[in-house]
Parts: sequence; structure tokens; C-alpha cells
Amino acid sequence: MDFLNAFVALSNYVLIPGIAYGSQLALGALGVTLIYGILRFSNFAHGDTMAFGAMVTILVTWWMQAQGISFGVLPTALLALPFGILGTMVLLVVTDRVVYRFYRQQKAKPVILVIVSLGVMFIMNGIVRFIIGPDDQNFADGERFIISARDFKAWSGLDEGLALRTSQGITVITAVVVVVALFWFLNKTRTGKSMRAYSDNEDLALLSGINPERVVTYTWLIIAALTTVAGVLYGLDKSFKPFTYFQLLLPIFAAAIVGGLGSPVGAIAGGFVIAFSEVTITYAWKKVLGYLMPEGLEPDGLVQLLSTDYKFAVSFVILLIVLLFKPTGLFKGKSV
Amino acid sequence: MSEPVKNTLLFLVVAVLIAIAGFMQSWNTALLILNMGLVSAIMAIGVNLQWGFAGLFNVGVMGFVALGGLAAVLVSMPPDPDAWQAGGVRVLLGLALGAATIIGAVLVYSRVKKGPLRAVGIIAILVGGFFIFRGVLDPGVDAVESVNPALSGYLGGLGLPVILSWPIGGLLAGGVAWLIGKTALGLRSDYLAIATLGIAEIIIAVLKNEDWLSRGVKNVVGIPRPVPYEIDLQNDPDFVSSAANWGLDPVEASTLYVKLAYAGLFLVVLLVILWMAQMALKSPWGRMMRAIRDNEVAAEAMGKDVTRRHLQIFVLGSAVCGLAGAMLTTLDGQLTPGTYQPLRFTFLVWVMVIVGGSGNNFGAVLGGFLIWFLWVEVEPIGVYLMQTITSGMAEGSALKSHLMGSAAHMRLFTMGLVLLLVLRFSPRGLIPEK
Repeated sequence: MDFLNAFVALSNYVLIPGIAYGSQLALGALGVTLIYGILRFSNFAHGDTMAFGAMVTILVTWWMQAQGISFGVLPTALLALPFGILGTMVLLVVTDRVVYRFYRQQKAKPVILVIVSLGVMFIMNGIVRFIIGPDDQNFADGERFIISARDFKAWSGLDEGLALRTSQGITVITAVVVVVALFWFLNKTRTGKSMRAYSDNEDLALLSGINPERVVTYTWLIIAALTTVAGVLYGLDKSFKPFTYFQLLLPIFAAAIVGGLGSPVGAIAGGFVIAFSEVTITYAWKKVLGYLMPEGLEPDGLVQLLSTDYKFAVSFVILLIVLLFKPTGLFKGKSV
Repeated sequence: MSEPVKNTLLFLVVAVLIAIAGFMQSWNTALLILNMGLVSAIMAIGVNLQWGFAGLFNVGVMGFVALGGLAAVLVSMPPDPDAWQAGGVRVLLGLALGAATIIGAVLVYSRVKKGPLRAVGIIAILVGGFFIFRGVLDPGVDAVESVNPALSGYLGGLGLPVILSWPIGGLLAGGVAWLIGKTALGLRSDYLAIATLGIAEIIIAVLKNEDWLSRGVKNVVGIPRPVPYEIDLQNDPDFVSSAANWGLDPVEASTLYVKLAYAGLFLVVLLVILWMAQMALKSPWGRMMRAIRDNEVAAEAMGKDVTRRHLQIFVLGSAVCGLAGAMLTTLDGQLTPGTYQPLRFTFLVWVMVIVGGSGNNFGAVLGGFLIWFLWVEVEPIGVYLMQTITSGMAEGSALKSHLMGSAAHMRLFTMGLVLLLVLRFSPRGLIPEK
């Protein structure tokens, strides 16, 4: 029985990756939920918007690296992030003016808007592959670890090492900052309040003189910031590959739905629920159990409930269970 | 211009487009486009059944297509007796135990009154069942996969004629659709979309990882054909002499003959499915479906069982997609789970249906041919376009090589553009619903 080593192993392989992945999902799900709340459709182009934002950031990062600009121990991508957000803002606002606005004025059914977003998804996917190609791109630089496994072992004298990658630390800190800023904006500012009013009851909001086009434009601007931050953080933490961003759509949607579509708090909770279930169910528990079980009872196998290739299955099953028992998600979502 | 004339003209345009590909590129290319167009048209009919007739938003087409492909392997490949000897029974027993666990949990859920007892019972059954299931299944799987892993390593199929796999592929996809529909069809449209998206990914994950079933990413190659092999035709003196009469050399004649034979088979299937879909659309059942689609509440008030009808058409449409999937794998002669991608197998079929005209079977067929043609031909056109654009640039410049290399990605962009243009300017598609 060795609780300390077990806890360190658990933190290293489950808690830290789970928190980082959960923060990324939460940022993505916040975007999905905002679009659903205000524009009233499920945006299938969300994953590819993340890829676009990350792509612009990567291009600017490369340019900065070529110019010799760096951010010290932090990755240069953080300096390039505002440019990525700006680029995505332009893209989303133009897309809204050219594509979505027409259907909004027509008062088209939400499912039509979903199909329209499929078209936008194709186009964004095409643009990203056209500009940066379908391959893996590496853009992380700066210090790799905040705490490296070897230093931790030397410092604590434990058998297990604890590694905290810079990207994971940045992910969590950035996510907290972004979420706090978003909630402050939604709850305290005039624009944020009008956005919430519009989301709650469109007609009443119109009656009280809220300009819907302004609300929609602000929404897209916020979405641009959220998607770019989520995309860059995911790219720093794992790697940038356009196709994986498309596949992120499933866990992100699962997170938004589990939390309740349209509910920002729900999106964050959903992100962590999905991330932790994915990590715990696909993690091989042999090491942790080896420390916890009494002598002679240690497991022989890997004690991995499902192979990592089935991680989609995990988000999906969680989604189904929540929907079957709480049809509008954990935090009372809305339905159109 | 009257309705039938316009529609005939539209089909003629597609035929001419394919003929142009035949003259400009090669007849092999044109026939390949035709064959894939036939398969795509069947998939589009399947999606049109769900979306056009009933308004179900299914974005899991890829999963059902892949299940059809799996059926082609399971039906037509020869069984592997050593693998069966090693662990076949054990694998089947494991699967049966897994199914029994789920059925047990569902039974407890429906029979026992709500309360802590039920919750504990269900969790106990699921957790216990899972470990028993894995305990029985895993050694069997290991045993099967270790039999000659480089060449086989899976249980093989039944060794039956591959044509049989087409209806069986439909049945398999329909059966899985029933299971999915039972749980997911109560959900709202957006949730159903995400659920089907997830299910498709899970089906592909199973195909990729369960080597004992389908060899996973090692692929199953050499699936038997319903038509002769080129090499046999080339060795057949009668064929060679009749090819010479047409003025063709035996190699080209044999490849064209094989493709034409496939085209004939596929055309028969397409016509049968199209006829059935048309009959269904005109029948009282079809009218009821459209009534449900247009106003669920009103249809329910008229005493229609909306959920059951949705389940019915979900199963039917998915079965048609499974049938097309089995035909596709037969045409390819191999099952490669790694190539199933949602953009190609789900969303492209959706573009076909929307562009062709949702709610109209002929529209879906037209969309299938037209969009497949574009999907194939956009790449050479893109390369040509890039050559024209970059012709003024210096040889070997970075931008030029980048643009030339990226021409291949034009197709996604084009598909999105076509979809958006149709939705904006002709939202009911090329052949609108009557």
C-alpha cells in the first residue's frame, strides 16, 4: 500500500491530462453552446473554425520565429494568438454576412441552418487544407516542462515521477482567464446582458429595442476568440492536424449537450465530464492499482477498460446516458 | 419547359458530362465514374428516404455504409478453419455473454420498479457482465488473431457468393439501425444528428480495431467478385477475338468488360430500389410520412405513431445505405476501414441529396451522379486551373509549388460552395419535390 506513489501516478496520467483536455473541450463547448443559444442552431463547422484559428496562429508564429521574436520560456504561439483571433473574427463575420444572414432573415428552420453549416464546414476544411496542407504541423517552442518527471523524483524521493508540461499549465490558466472574462462580459456588460436577453426570449428582446444584428455580430466575435483559443491550446498540447479538429466535433458536442445546450456553465461542466470519462476509461490502471492493492493481489493485466481507440464510444455513451435520464442535459438546456 | 422534359435534360447533361470524361480522359475513368455514381445514387436514395420523406437528420451514413462493407467480407470470404479451431467458439460465446448482459440490464430496467434496488441491480449486472464478457472474449480474440496474423488472423467469412452479401449488408445495417433507433430516435433533431455522428465513428472504430472480425487496419483484400477477372478474359481466345472485332486490344477490352458488367449489375439494383422508393412515396404510407415530416404534432393528433414510423424509415433508409456499402466494397474488392471518412461517406451523400432535390427520388439519383462526377473531376480541373494561374510565375518558386500541391484540396471547397449555392438560390434542389 503506497498512497503517495499511487496518487502521483494518478495525477500524472489521469488528473493532469484530464484537466487540460477538459479545459480545451470546455472552451469548444462554450462556443457551440453560445451559437445554439443565440443563433439557434448546432454549428457543424465549429471544429473547422478551431482549425482555421489555429492555422492563422501557426502561420503568424512561424513568421515570428523567422523574425527572431520569441516569448522567452512561453511558446511564441501565445504572442501570435491575438492575430489568429483577429483573422478568425474576420472570417466568421464575413461568413455570417455572406451566408447565415440570408437564412436568418428568411426565418429558416434550425435544421436548414445546420445543413448550411455543413456547407461552411466543407469550405473551411478546404481552405485550411489548401493553405497549410492536411499534415501534422509542429509550432510549439519555449520550455517544454514546468515540472519534469526527473526533477520531481529527485525532489520528492518517490518512485513515481510527476510531469507538468508547459502546454498543460498554459491551457488551464488560459481557459480560466477566458472563462472568467466571458462570464464577466455576459453578466456585467450591457452587450452581454442584451445577448442573454436575446437568447432567453427573442421577441421580448426585440421589443425592448435590442438590435439583433449587433447581438449576432458580437456573438461571432466571441466565438472567434473562443474557437481560436481552444484550437491553439489543443494544437500546443497535442498536435495540429486539420482532420483531428474535425473529429473533435463529437466530444465538443457531447460536452455541450451533456451540460445542456445553451447553458455556459453546463458547457464547462460537460467538458470536464467528457474529458475525465474518456481518460479514466481508456487508462490502463495497472500502475495505480499496483500501489494500492495489498501485496500479492496486484493485477496481472493492464486493467484498461477500453482501448484508447474507443474514446469516441465513451463520449457517445455518456451522451446517451445523460439524454435518456435528463433529456435537456445536466444544467437545463433549451430546445428550439 | 415542362417538368419531365427538364428532368430528362438534366439527366442527359450528366450523361454528356460522363461521356466527355470518356473522350477526354479514358473510357475506364468514365465507367468508374458511372459505377461509383450508381452506388452513390443508391446511398442518396437511402438518405432521401430518411431526410426527404421523414425529415430525419441522420449524419451516420458512413457507419451503415461500412457495415455493408463488413457484410461483403463476412459473406464472401472463405472461413479460416484454424482460427475457428483456435478461438472461434470462445469469441462467439463472449459476444453472446455481452449481449446477454445488456439485455439483462434492459430487462431489469423495464421490469423492476424504480428505486435504489433497481439502480444497484443494473450497475451490478453491467459491471459484472462487462468483466465476464472481457474475460471470456479476450483470450478467444488473442487466439484467433495469433493464427497466421500476416495473412489471416481473423475468422473469415462464410464463403458464399458475394452477391448475397448485398441484401445481407442491407439487413445488417438495418438491424444495427433498429438498435440505434430504439435508443436515439426519441431525441430531438440536433441530438439525433450528434448521436448518429457518434455511432458512425464507433462502428468505424470497431472495424479498425477488432482484428478477429475484419482484420482491422490490415485490410481484407481479394474479396471474390460477381464478375469475371480481367486475366481470365485475356486468356480466353473467344473474348480476345471478339475484342479484336471491335478494334480493341484485349487488355483494355477486358477492363472495360468488367466495369460494364458491374455497371449492369448496379443498374439493376438501382432500378429496383428506385422503383420501390417511388412506390413507397406514392403509397398512403409515403403520404403519411410526409405528413409527419411537415407537422409532427398534427400527425400525432390524427393518431399516427410518430416514433414508430420514424424508427421504420430510419431502418429502411439505413438498410439501403448498407446495401450500397456492400456493393461499394464488392466493386473495390477490398475492405479498408482506414478509408472511411465522414466527409466522403456521410456529408458528401448529404450534398448529393440536397443538390439533387430532397424529397424527390429522381433528384437524389441525379444528385448522386452529378456530385460524384464533380468529386472526381474537380481534382484534374483544379490542377489545370492552377497550371493556368501559375503559368506566369517563375519556375520552382515556393508559391507555385504550394499552389500546385494544394490543387487536390479544391474538392472539399467546391463541394461546400455547390451546397451553399444550391441552398441559397435553389433550396429545393435541381429536381424539386412535387
